[in-house]
Amino acid sequence: MSKTRSTRFQLTNTQRKRLRLVLTYLIALFSIAFALFPILWIISASLNPLNSLSTQTMIPRNASFQNYRMLLTDSSFSTIYPFRKWLFNSVKIASITTIISVAITTTAAYSFSRFRFRQRENMLRGILLVQMFPNILVMVAVFLLIQQIGGVIPSFGLNTHNGLILVYLGGAMGINIWLMKGYFDTIPKDIDESAMVDGATHWQIFTKLLLPLMRPIIVVVAVLSFIFVYSDFVIARILLKTTEQYPLTVGLYIFTSGQFTQQWGIFAAGALMGALPIVIIYLTLQDQITGGLTQGAVKG
Amino acid sequence: MAEKPNPADLRRLESSSTLSAGSLMLRLLLLGIIDAFVVWFILELTLRGFNVLAITFALLAVFFNIVILHRDAYPLRWMVVGLVLMALFAIYPIFYTGYISTTNYGFGHLLTKEQAIDRFENTKYLPEGSGAYTWTAFRSEDGDFALWLQREDGQNFLAYPDQPLIEAGPEIEGVGGLDAEGIPLSIKGYERLNRLTAVRHINELGEISFGAGDRIVLVSSLDKASELVPLYVYSEEDDLLINQQTGVGYRPINGAFTSDTGERLTPGFQISVGLDNFVQFIESPALQGPLVRIIIWNFAFAFLSVLMTFSLGLFLAIVFNDPMLRGRRIIQTLLLIPYTIPSLITIMVWRGLLNPELGIINETLRQLIGWAPPWFTSPWWSKGAILLVNLWLGFPYFMLICSGALQGIPTDLYDAANVDGAGIWQQFWNITLPMLLVAVGPLLVASFVFNFNNFNIIFLFIEGGPPIVGASTEAGHTDILISYVYNLAFAGGRGAQYGLAAAITFVIFVIVAALALFQFRFTRMWEEVSENV
Repeated sequence: MSKTRSTRFQLTNTQRKRLRLVLTYLIALFSIAFALFPILWIISASLNPLNSLSTQTMIPRNASFQNYRMLLTDSSFSTIYPFRKWLFNSVKIASITTIISVAITTTAAYSFSRFRFRQRENMLRGILLVQMFPNILVMVAVFLLIQQIGGVIPSFGLNTHNGLILVYLGGAMGINIWLMKGYFDTIPKDIDESAMVDGATHWQIFTKLLLPLMRPIIVVVAVLSFIFVYSDFVIARILLKTTEQYPLTVGLYIFTSGQFTQQWGIFAAGALMGALPIVIIYLTLQDQITGGLTQGAVKG
Repeated sequence: MAEKPNPADLRRLESSSTLSAGSLMLRLLLLGIIDAFVVWFILELTLRGFNVLAITFALLAVFFNIVILHRDAYPLRWMVVGLVLMALFAIYPIFYTGYISTTNYGFGHLLTKEQAIDRFENTKYLPEGSGAYTWTAFRSEDGDFALWLQREDGQNFLAYPDQPLIEAGPEIEGVGGLDAEGIPLSIKGYERLNRLTAVRHINELGEISFGAGDRIVLVSSLDKASELVPLYVYSEEDDLLINQQTGVGYRPINGAFTSDTGERLTPGFQISVGLDNFVQFIESPALQGPLVRIIIWNFAFAFLSVLMTFSLGLFLAIVFNDPMLRGRRIIQTLLLIPYTIPSLITIMVWRGLLNPELGIINETLRQLIGWAPPWFTSPWWSKGAILLVNLWLGFPYFMLICSGALQGIPTDLYDAANVDGAGIWQQFWNITLPMLLVAVGPLLVASFVFNFNNFNIIFLFIEGGPPIVGASTEAGHTDILISYVYNLAFAGGRGAQYGLAAAITFVIFVIVAALALFQFRFTRMWEEVSENV
């Protein structure tokens, strides 16, 4: 469209075209400044050894990695803000949830794709419907549920990673089932049937034949699930009580209460280190993820 | 819709169900272990009064067993773990929310009625002037005490602190011979104190509770000791709790035992209050006022967020749509960066940037124009700040989506418009926007739903503040429904009002369901979905 329009301008008025170009770049400049300013500012803050919000300048004087060192190695600091523990907790919780979710969704999607059974379509629709009510909406009930379970089995109750992971897993069956089932459907059934003739069981067909073919979609589902859990705040905030148990997101939040302005530099370093895994995942798998995102989940 | 079983499928099912005896045994053994565990778990739940959860577990256990044992349920075996987890952690909480919303569950009403009565019946007191026992003290070298108690009816007891009373028979281990009054001369490890020495220790003795469980004896005077008796006695027939000390009767009213004079005993207990939680929000001005504000802001916030992010995203997508534009790729990549960073981290970054006293934005504004907005304390500026941050978070997404959608609009439409002499604005309103909305419409609704419950930005940026003055619950000017629910249930101070919180959750359910219906109906996503089944 713009091509046709710009040729029209070129014919009628080259100056207008130049003006348009200047405007375009001006807009680009402003929007990029808007988009990147907070990020550049936080990078600068993380390198500023002065640490306080009020003393920060865009180009830090005496830039150093002191804030990072403080977070990662200072032992007296880490008794109050156990940053490495938080990072470890986040990665642990997200990894375990992701592995189990992928196992749950691939097997379920296999069944939905390969078998015909009663209520199959209704179940598929029901799964979508349940996802309209994510567990953040029902946080009160989820809290009470985990509290009650923990009353009997404390290792799955409040303030445990087990309980938190269970709650996340409750959301594993969702749009991911649809993504996976759609992918299974594209693999011709003939493959299964010929293997069946050779005496293979369903389990063998699933693990040996189909799973390797499912690799691309498994990557997408795993990444989406990892990012979802890694970036969750509310459920972890409600269920976990002690600093030691926090994931990174809840841990960073306790910086913002209290002496936020005095610990700005350290917070900045922590925020950047926390964001890094996700940014790396996004940049390396950009195309696959956007494909998955446009089909379902929304990030605001 | 039940489909006719396909013969090939059936054959497949049978072949896969023929298991060797060994693996069948293994399966039964595993199932047996799981079942035993679940039965124990359910019993424990009922003991604690968690009956709703116990019933849910029982139903799920039955379902699980059927799926594992019944041959026709073979396809479900592939997903039974996921289904059980979904039922328990996604579906059950939805219904449980509905249940809680009809109770007074919350601070002061956390126990069931049985548990509360139990708690009262275990409260003991020392009846005045009573002294059923005469005591003699014994002391060990470490300074521990033991008592020899002689009851009025002649029965004797040996009492150690925090251990059950030992009834004295002809022989007790460790007890030496009795003197003329029937008091042992010695007890193993302990030395008998004469009256005078004992009196010197009377203060220490008075603070020790001898015995355990139902029977606790306290030293009440120089020579007498008395047994604690239950302060309250509950009569099931009259549903009346009677204080033995004062004789006052308490009846259960509104989830607490209440006397005729209106004194309410704590702890209270859970009762069903019907629709009272909802009625309260309508009738009480201190609740209703904030709620109305919250709902209006909730809709405005979601609508404005979508409008702003979509407008900016679309604008930038159009501006940078020209494939001949140099550096187009790099501009777009740079603009996408905010999208790649987890939003809750950047929200907290913005919290620092907009800090009214020390944040860079206000510092700069003060230097430039001598004034800066009170982002955190003014009801209006805080709303503006939240919208600004949300714009920053959301526009890259719509830029991405719109860039894609713009490629999909056939260029001959614009050629035709050019021929007809339509201007840029006319082309935008009559071609670009309508064509775009067809593709992006569902995502706009989805984004609205997402923002409608966007807890993170409200809470992490400003915790819903500044507070609404005069609200009887914790409510702030930027609170939306979901953050209000959080406040009611989990905020410090007046938190733990689960009943009210669940009632508000229910309101969100209704709105979300209506939005979902709207989305399905107008985008025909439902039909598309059905075709893919």
